[in-house]
Amino acid sequence: MKAPVLEARDLHVWFDLPDDRELHAVQGVSFGLAPGERFGLVGESGCGKTTTILGLMGLLPPTASVAGQVVLEGDNIMARGESSVAPHRWKDIAMIFQGAMNAFNPVKTIGDQIAEPMEVHGISEGDAARQRVGELLEMVGISRDRADRYPHEFSGGMRQRAAIAMALACEPKVLLADEPTTALDVMVQAQILQLLVSLTHDLGLAMVLVTHDLPLIAQVCNRAAVMYAGEIVEQGETETLYHDPGHPYTRLLFAATPDLYDESNVTSIPGGPPRLDREIVGCPFAPRCDRTFEPCPTVRPELRDLGAGHTAACHLNDPVMRAAAS
Amino acid sequence: MSTNGQVHPLLEVSDLVTRYPIPRGILGTVAGRPQQQVHAVEGISFSLNQGEMLALVGESGCGKTTTAQSVMRLVQPDSGSIRFEGSDISTLGFRELRPLRKRMQIIYQDPYESLDPRFRVRQTIEEPLVIHGVGTRSDRPHRVKEALVRAGLTPPELYIDRYPHELSGGQRQRVAIAASLVLDPKLLVADEPVSMLDVSVRAGILGLLDALRKDGMGILMITHDLSTAAHFADRIAVMYLGRIVEEGPARDVVRNPQHPYTKALISVVPKRDPRDSSEPQILKGETPNPVHIPSGCRFHPRCPLVTPECPRIDPELRTPKDGTTPDHRAACILV
Amino acid sequence: MSAELPAAVSQPADLVRAGGGYDAPPPARRTRLRVWKVIREQPMATFGAVVLLLVILVAIFAPALAPYDPREKVGDVYQPPDSSHWLGLDDGGVDMVSLLMYGARVSLIVGFAAAAVAMLVGGAVGVLSGYFGGKTDTVLMRITDYFLVIPDVPLMIVVAAIWGKSLKNIILIIGLIYWTSTARLIRSQVKSIRERVYVKRARALGAGNSRLIFKHVMPQVAPLLIANTVLMMAIAIFAETALAFLGLGDPQKISWGLLIENAFARQAISLDAWWAIVPPGVCVAVLILACTMLGTALEDSLNPRLRVGHLSVKRFRLRPLVGRMDAE
Repeated sequence: MKAPVLEARDLHVWFDLPDDRELHAVQGVSFGLAPGERFGLVGESGCGKTTTILGLMGLLPPTASVAGQVVLEGDNIMARGESSVAPHRWKDIAMIFQGAMNAFNPVKTIGDQIAEPMEVHGISEGDAARQRVGELLEMVGISRDRADRYPHEFSGGMRQRAAIAMALACEPKVLLADEPTTALDVMVQAQILQLLVSLTHDLGLAMVLVTHDLPLIAQVCNRAAVMYAGEIVEQGETETLYHDPGHPYTRLLFAATPDLYDESNVTSIPGGPPRLDREIVGCPFAPRCDRTFEPCPTVRPELRDLGAGHTAACHLNDPVMRAAAS
Repeated sequence: MSTNGQVHPLLEVSDLVTRYPIPRGILGTVAGRPQQQVHAVEGISFSLNQGEMLALVGESGCGKTTTAQSVMRLVQPDSGSIRFEGSDISTLGFRELRPLRKRMQIIYQDPYESLDPRFRVRQTIEEPLVIHGVGTRSDRPHRVKEALVRAGLTPPELYIDRYPHELSGGQRQRVAIAASLVLDPKLLVADEPVSMLDVSVRAGILGLLDALRKDGMGILMITHDLSTAAHFADRIAVMYLGRIVEEGPARDVVRNPQHPYTKALISVVPKRDPRDSSEPQILKGETPNPVHIPSGCRFHPRCPLVTPECPRIDPELRTPKDGTTPDHRAACILV
Repeated sequence: MSAELPAAVSQPADLVRAGGGYDAPPPARRTRLRVWKVIREQPMATFGAVVLLLVILVAIFAPALAPYDPREKVGDVYQPPDSSHWLGLDDGGVDMVSLLMYGARVSLIVGFAAAAVAMLVGGAVGVLSGYFGGKTDTVLMRITDYFLVIPDVPLMIVVAAIWGKSLKNIILIIGLIYWTSTARLIRSQVKSIRERVYVKRARALGAGNSRLIFKHVMPQVAPLLIANTVLMMAIAIFAETALAFLGLGDPQKISWGLLIENAFARQAISLDAWWAIVPPGVCVAVLILACTMLGTALEDSLNPRLRVGHLSVKRFRLRPLVGRMDAE
């Protein structure tokens, strides 16, 4: 893999809870992102995927504590917390939030709102900014002359495109997209995904795509990480994740997703994820797993390298564990 | 319960039209602006038998939710007929509809909002019995437990006294289903029943609906997810701008789509297998506003196969010439 | 390598694990308990509740607590405070402390009763308006607007002139003027509750309007109504005091406002008899403060709209990782 443009190294995020308790929302997440790569972060609700990318940009509330490194082109931007992360926001790493299409200020024009980050970061203003706004709009497939319109005059899909344009305003190297197409129709979703793919090709933009939609990741991303209970349980090329999963959760998640043509039974996974405000003993997925054996309830599995950048945290991949059990 | 020997379908909808007026405000009325309408449902017909699941599939603005609301008589249709168990319910008033509510129920999309947060599970499921005066004080608890078991929440004692926030999304949806089952309905309308649930629990809920269907329930499922429809429904009807553009057995519609819109829709559904990368046929633009319906075939502005005839002819549903099954129809002049 | 895999454990979907099942947060409490929780945990609310309770107790047990009879002359006009009369005597030679204790009754009675009237009328209007919408809403809101426009003091003067100055009239006037803010608040709350899915579901089940209103809407609205009523008490108490001061109060009943008015009219200021004017004023202020603090604390925690947002100056904290960090 080329030198990564962004790396998360053992990232942890805790949230304060009443009664002096803590929610350990992100438990030691590590991954790397190469320029031009589309990396998927997939998992169900509560797995910590959104908190992870918010953590990459330091967009966390005062009740949060962070540990670990966020390395942008070799520099740990998390070294001093807010003061070291803030200068990189939007200029190097930008984000499209969940429901971004609804996060526009209704009384300002789209053009003004796209220009805003440029003005705030001192990149350009006035006529130069307007020019750039026009370019950005064309890049995302909106005609220039719509810059003076208001958000309510745009459809959902177009607002999402405008949100992408706003994210690209300061020419970032990394784009974090949190459920960018969840609220959109499937046809519009296809349009937006096509746009995101072309942006990574044309601009060399590296992208992290966070979603719960597995087929989306399968079609759009080169590599992906599956998250469960705050940690990455498997990471690798999307083809490998589908055809040769190293973690039962990955396999079961695919099995639970109906495919248009595949007529085999769609299954569900019983139970629910563990609470993150308590210490988890053993493998967090053990209570729901269909392949547990002796070490699972007591020993927490580490991520093991399964070859060619494919890692998974499951005792089933560990010949030592399996030998000891039988 | 056998579905054969039916005299008439459970639900028969003919030429249903439902429109919503857009408020003009005082200024608009005084200025004589024409009353604009949202043409939500513009003449659709379909039927549903007992023991059958029909999926109404489409994107936002296609009218599928309004169809569900019209069938349930939660809105007043403008014209057309809705025959439920043989009799026309499209013009009945509130009073006459009330007893019917026992036999047709609706499940909503949002399990987190479907249950009154102040009601325990027991109260939520008892409520329909109380409203309709079914059962006595002593046998209601038994009916509640039965409904919980039928909805897959066993043992029922574990759930009866819980509050909604103590339950997961999937469990809440099952409680909502149990509350619908307690009156023993014949028709269940499910509006996006799993779209707000995690993937790992969806199959459980859909499997439950499937089991109910096998038990004889007629289920009208509203969904935007073609994969779910293909897997669980017997028949699929694809809607666009208030019309059904294609309908037929689920398997046929998905493997052998006839209408250009259906073909495009199927091509852009992401497939599970990363190696399966057929070229998606991405249509330009978005579904137009249902206030201004295009002339002729309403799909023609976006259709990749458009001909000069299309803006002039509004096609009816018809069986395609090449050998598909007779009950698979599409509304396109090229078919 | 294909070692024997352990047998798969089969479980039905959505299984609740034995012993409690889905790991949920501790249950939220019902309204009564939520109110109690707020009072216990927030200092403002605690202070307000305690003071209010003290005043209520004093008012109830005034006959037992008051050192003297409030109608009995026990000394000279405007006698200064001394060891037997801590706040001296008023213009009629009556002990101030006793007067204050008995005066609490009127303030509290008017406060509670007028707030109750405002709550009932305002609550009813708000619920009907918010729930039914359409013409009902328009008509009721117009009526609310008319009431809003009426100037309170002139109205009270007119009513007092026509129907006489009695406690009952005071309560009615205050209640009928101030119900409008409650109505507005409840109306917007009801409008949003009405759109909740569980209400729509209940209607789809066949529930009638009365069931929907009483079983589903009112319980959601109740906490806010309670908080609003406490705030209304503060307003009512102040209004009563002001009316009494203007001479529109019931001259038969001892009230703090009347005490102030009397002292004012009988030259207490020029005679430097501060003990006749200041203490009643302080009592009113403290009682209103207590109600406002309690009401505000309740409203803050029970009104979903007033939750504080994201504009915080403080930022997330950095925590050093214990143990090895990847140093590559």
